[in-house]
Amino acid sequence: MSADTRAAPLRALARAPVADDAWRTRVRRGLFPTVPSGIATVVLATGVAWLAWHLLDWAVFKAVFRPDYAACRALEYHAACWGFVAEKYRLILFGRYPYEEQWRPLLATAIVLGLLIASAVPRLWHRGLIIGWVVALALFFALMSGGIFGLAPMESARWGGLPLTVLLTLVAMVASIPIGIALAYGRRSGMPVVSWAATSYIELVRGMPLITVLFTATFVLPVFLPAGVKLDALARVLISMTLFQAAYFAETLRGGLQAIPRGQSEAALALGLSWWQVQRTVVLPQAFVHVIPAFVNSLLATFMDTSLVMVVSMYDLTGALRLALGDPQWRDFFIEGYAFVGAIYFGGCFALSRYSRWLEARLRREHR
Amino acid sequence: MSKKAIAAFAAALTGLCAVTTADAGKTLDAVKQRGQLVCGVNTSAPGFSAADSQGNWKGLDVDFCRAVAAAVLGDANKVKWVPLNSQQRFTALQLGEVDVLSRNSTWTLTRDASLGILFTGINYYDGQGFMVPKKLNVGSAKKLNNATICVQSGTTSEKNVADFFAANRLKYKQVVFDTAEATQAAFYSGRCQALTTDMSDLAGARTKATKPDDYLILPEVISKEPLGPSVRRGDDEFFTIVRWVGYAMLEAEELGVTQENVDKLKASSQDPATQRLLGVTEDTGKLLGLDKEWIVRIVKASGNYGESFERNMGPKSALALPRGLNNLWTKGGLMYAPPVR
Amino acid sequence: MLPASPRQRRLLIQAAVVVLLLVAAAVLWRTAAHNLSAQQLRSGFGFLRDPAGFDIGETLIDYSPRDAYARAFLVGLLNTVRVALAGIVTATIVGVLIGLGQLARNRLIGVLCTAYVEVARNIPLLVQLLAIYLALTQLLPDLTTPLHLWGGALLSKAGLHLPWPAQQADGWRVEVPQVEGLSIVGGFSLSAEFVALWSGLTLFTGAYIGEIVRAGVLAVPRGQWEAALAVGLTRRSAMSHVIVPQALRLIVPPLTSQYLNLTKNSSLAVAIGYPDIVSIANTAINQNGQAIECIAIIVSVYLGINAVTALVMNVYNRRVTRKVF
Repeated sequence: MSADTRAAPLRALARAPVADDAWRTRVRRGLFPTVPSGIATVVLATGVAWLAWHLLDWAVFKAVFRPDYAACRALEYHAACWGFVAEKYRLILFGRYPYEEQWRPLLATAIVLGLLIASAVPRLWHRGLIIGWVVALALFFALMSGGIFGLAPMESARWGGLPLTVLLTLVAMVASIPIGIALAYGRRSGMPVVSWAATSYIELVRGMPLITVLFTATFVLPVFLPAGVKLDALARVLISMTLFQAAYFAETLRGGLQAIPRGQSEAALALGLSWWQVQRTVVLPQAFVHVIPAFVNSLLATFMDTSLVMVVSMYDLTGALRLALGDPQWRDFFIEGYAFVGAIYFGGCFALSRYSRWLEARLRREHR
Repeated sequence: MSKKAIAAFAAALTGLCAVTTADAGKTLDAVKQRGQLVCGVNTSAPGFSAADSQGNWKGLDVDFCRAVAAAVLGDANKVKWVPLNSQQRFTALQLGEVDVLSRNSTWTLTRDASLGILFTGINYYDGQGFMVPKKLNVGSAKKLNNATICVQSGTTSEKNVADFFAANRLKYKQVVFDTAEATQAAFYSGRCQALTTDMSDLAGARTKATKPDDYLILPEVISKEPLGPSVRRGDDEFFTIVRWVGYAMLEAEELGVTQENVDKLKASSQDPATQRLLGVTEDTGKLLGLDKEWIVRIVKASGNYGESFERNMGPKSALALPRGLNNLWTKGGLMYAPPVR
Repeated sequence: MLPASPRQRRLLIQAAVVVLLLVAAAVLWRTAAHNLSAQQLRSGFGFLRDPAGFDIGETLIDYSPRDAYARAFLVGLLNTVRVALAGIVTATIVGVLIGLGQLARNRLIGVLCTAYVEVARNIPLLVQLLAIYLALTQLLPDLTTPLHLWGGALLSKAGLHLPWPAQQADGWRVEVPQVEGLSIVGGFSLSAEFVALWSGLTLFTGAYIGEIVRAGVLAVPRGQWEAALAVGLTRRSAMSHVIVPQALRLIVPPLTSQYLNLTKNSSLAVAIGYPDIVSIANTAINQNGQAIECIAIIVSVYLGINAVTALVMNVYNRRVTRKVF
């Protein structure tokens, strides 16, 4: 061993954390630990600063914010034309819903999102919340489809934009829970036929891309319906996304069920509770606690997957953006459009992933 | 499980077995009962079926569906418009989601014989062509060797362009998209050097260019594209009605019956053919299951064929297409209606 | 009335489930058969022998519109495998670099890598794909006036054309792509659709793989690090001989599911015009109306690809977990 490697452990010890954490030491160790690293920092920092300056220049300082087509054209792409967003934001956010009635999807989405935020607070988790969800979803459908309370009826083909994205995400997640529970228990049951049936379904569905599932719903499902029974396009997509999600939830729940010690159910059975009571009052509540972080991740994934319904001609947020970009005048400003929609998706997903991490930490603390 | 549960289970099983697979026919009864005609149209095809910003549908195919609704239900406004892209259109008709498909679709043997639908007639004789940017300096389709061509998937255009290039011993590269909008967007972005679809579609697509004058529609017509409405197979009654609505509009133009003069002619015309057409002397509607004023309502709703054409794609419209082959047989075109008697 | 013994109860339930499934299958079959025959729609896989009639934009094997539908599906399958393999390789490279970058001592690098991961993971893949494709086709120059890159490669709206060895009359030579008339001849071409799909899949899946790598490396107990350094190994040695083998055990299973996700996500090709198997099946459904058969083909293909990928990764997993201390 050369003198260098013999000195290495000493140097390693010398680099042990120092109690004195002056910010200068932290900066030095964080940004300039070695000479090559320090050079990299300088180069990168310059590069990032230059990029950031030009980005700000393009996006904010020279940009046009008014929906003024002439001003946007005059920019010749040297600056951003947020006027496209100002002009088309209602089409992007609400799809082909008629202009005057757009307060209805706005209100419906606000109600549902409000309840979602309320559901995020663990202190509010009790039975009343479920009733709140039922009421909120009923209100959502009532506002969107109209026909009652004097609202003009609006067929589901006109629903679009953010409300459609939210609807698809929530219905798929909520409706997949009971089916997922049945599949998870089916897979875990000792009966070979039931277990085989559940496993085949889960593995088959998890192996297919969501686009295939959506195509199946559009082209194949109607063939299996008796003549005279018609499901509109939205119902078919909701059913297929629910069945798709159910397979994933079943696997998540199975992991949660496996994490519960056998002693729990054995003790409960010994106390005289029936099998159903044991599941309902002892096993499932504990399993749900384990499952919630993974469930929130699934929610995030479904929220992003709803963009795929564009392929079956439903105008969710992404589809509505393509509709807005179809206008020949504004076609060239696609960067601004995609930045706008990307920001919405990013905001929602980032919030959800941060929340999921916070929740996981909190649940782990509570269940020490 | 109690006895009741088992009994309920058995009943459900029997019920499932007994689910009858009822017949899909009798569209006319369903339409009358519903009080509305469900018409499948294009998502956006200027001249044929396109919705303006208020949500009002206009076009040649739209006028046709309004005529059918006027004939069958008495009111041209009792129509539910279902926009369909090229992938969904035939499935939607096959499976009963729409009653009539009036969506500038080409009549071919394969579609008549194997898709479970029947074409009722031709309301536009079209052909397939190419559109190129003028700066490409190409004046003929035969000079498109090794070009990149944008085409929409699931259309006759895809097959025809393969045939044309094979027949002329030329090569090409194709880029395929699932919607007309995506295909046109790729062409306008410059991804492909040529766009190929029906000539009428090319004219409509050109109106959507930022600078329409920068684009040229090449003269070659490489295929026959007879466009017409279609209905489901298995319902002869409804098929006959829809077929004769088309012929009635042609016959009305031949006899000079227009939206403005239809009432006057009904009251005062002495021409036996016109009297027969408008239900004064004969009730042709009864044979179809309608009443004798069916053609009067058709003409009041959409005009005769010529009026519908002029309104939607004539010289004064944005598309400015010539009558050409779509003129009456008496004026050198191909439109020929069997006698309404 | 019901047998009291649990074993008999379970047998009864299983029998009931079997009967229910069979009845449901029979009912669905009858309804479908009736619906199909009422419209005189063909069924069965006979159509695979019929000529397809449509061309395919990019193929790895020879294909012409006169070839059978079966060959068209084969072309689609090869295209899917091609983009999936390419994506897996580059996504892994990107993921490993980003994952290790997040753990770098230089905090600026760490922050930049984390920023990339957060942005790429939280925007839907379809949105990223469409944006990349639009950017490529709008911002790059026309086919006839391409950008000349170093090495003779050409970059244009039509994609990337690279110089490639080709067999000429006088042996093998590197063929440099040239603009001829309306196209670029010579060399090896990657279409804009392929490049967009490949980049999108790489960026999106790379971020997820980065997270997996980071979690795997962090999960190795800190004591291993300290012991390795105390024994006298350099940082790099410690990393490759002590940390990485242990981290691999935690990384490989979630990595497998990311590879499977990437393969499934390649089906988004249908939105940007890349002719993968889903896109070709879609065209086939439109041309001949046989939706059930075509979708059954797609499903089998994906199940097959999944099975192969899972098998390969399982073999690797067993190798990685076999080395016990």
